[in-house]
Amino acid sequence: MRPANHPISDVEIGRRVYRRTQNTRSVLVSLVSTIVFAGVIWLTVINTPGWDQVQRSFFNLDTAIQAWPRVIAGLWINIQVLFFASIGVLVLSVIIASIRTLRGPVWFPLRALAAAYTDLFRGLPLIIVLFLVGFGLPGLELFPRNSAQFWGTIALILTYSAYVSEVFRAGIEAVHPSQRLAARSLGLSHGQTMRIVVLPQAVRKVTPALMNDFVAMQKDVGLISVLGVVDAVRAAQIETASAFNFTPYVLAGLLFVLLALPMIRLTDWYTARLRAREQMGSLV
Amino acid sequence: MKAAASPGPVLRIEGLVKRFDDTEVLSGVDLTVNEHEVVALIGASGSGKSTLLRCINLLEQVDDGRIWLHGDDISDPRVKVDSVRARIGIVFQQFNLFPHIRVLDNVTLAARRVMKTPRAEAEAAALVLLERVGLADKAHEFPDRLSGGQQQRVAIVRAVATNPELLLLDEITSALDPQLVTEVLDLVHELKSVGTTIVMATHEMAFARDIADRVVFLDAGRIAEEGTAAQVFGDPKNERTRAFLTRYLDRL
Repeated sequence: MRPANHPISDVEIGRRVYRRTQNTRSVLVSLVSTIVFAGVIWLTVINTPGWDQVQRSFFNLDTAIQAWPRVIAGLWINIQVLFFASIGVLVLSVIIASIRTLRGPVWFPLRALAAAYTDLFRGLPLIIVLFLVGFGLPGLELFPRNSAQFWGTIALILTYSAYVSEVFRAGIEAVHPSQRLAARSLGLSHGQTMRIVVLPQAVRKVTPALMNDFVAMQKDVGLISVLGVVDAVRAAQIETASAFNFTPYVLAGLLFVLLALPMIRLTDWYTARLRAREQMGSLV
Repeated sequence: MKAAASPGPVLRIEGLVKRFDDTEVLSGVDLTVNEHEVVALIGASGSGKSTLLRCINLLEQVDDGRIWLHGDDISDPRVKVDSVRARIGIVFQQFNLFPHIRVLDNVTLAARRVMKTPRAEAEAAALVLLERVGLADKAHEFPDRLSGGQQQRVAIVRAVATNPELLLLDEITSALDPQLVTEVLDLVHELKSVGTTIVMATHEMAFARDIADRVVFLDAGRIAEEGTAAQVFGDPKNERTRAFLTRYLDRL
């Protein structure tokens, strides 16, 4: 790189001044328009005829405070399930996606099995998988008795791996064949090529789609309450029933949103950072 | 390397045939390449130059004929393709560097993962090579931040980092602008001076004439003419070679 010791021309100074004023102006405009917009919505909602009633049943601070400990305890269970299910989904779906990209006749049974798996579990509604796994598998008495939380996690892994493996497969196939060619020509085996060259690039291509599925799963974790697990949703249901008030649902909903936000921001930041690191110039 | 010291040609090809569906891309190619020799493959697009290189590297399965690398029949289906490829370096027209790992990791990948050289040792050797091609300061950059010429030089360094017995160059300057071509070709000159055995497909006739010990003119999947650079360029015997060269030499 050459040092930038050019004197700045008058034209460039003029342009910079102009851009600065433009920036200040846009910030001001967006600020004012946001305040006006929020104000209009606020006034419209609180002036609806039933607002008092709705506020009492859905946005009751006392009920929220009362429900808080139980809902938070439930949310902790959701987070645990989410944590283990995410790991399980990542491992299983990468394995399935890799199997589906294997070539050669030897692998036909495995390929067919993997394809059948994705077809089956993408077709089955999650709630049915939850019932079958949660109440059916323990009935086989093959395994030691595990909690409903455990079987709920397994059901989530089974369903979501089917979706996520397709996302990975799309990513693997989106890596240009010349990359595989270059890797194999260096003497890397199929497995090494996959692990060192293809998968890292594939994951990067599909990160937004993966995040989408992650957030979707984060919400579906609430469905394990059908197995009797007292998670945030179930806790909110119990609190709602005892307080004759819907605020606990709103509280649980808000908590789920808060749970999703950091992860979404984190991935946005991370993908932007990788892009900036590996590529030159600005992105249009 | 044990095999590199053995006498006899580095590469021997006999009656090589390659078909894609119904089109015969190579119809009986015979070629011998000796130690420290630089062979240039010339010919129109579609004459089979790239396919020949890819068959040698087992990236394409041959449909007939045999290929020996230092006496080992590598067209035998029982041969371990990965270990054969590890003995041959190839550089592609489009560089094909791995965009998600740094230049140094690109260069040392085969050494570390295929040859199982310890990382420190592989990196020290790679840095010496990068230094020689003037890219030591780019070792920790990502490939896409380099210019085309720099990327292609890295790709060449990556291909020779494991001391392959044979280096294949597949139109390595076709994606570069004229100024960058020079820096890449200078590097090939240097490889020749240290005795690397090279087979290259090229459209750079001046360069082929300059560097090649032997020039092979491929036409429609056959070797139409073969000889020293001076003979093929100066006094082509074959009608088709003459026609092909006329088109090029007009531009030189």
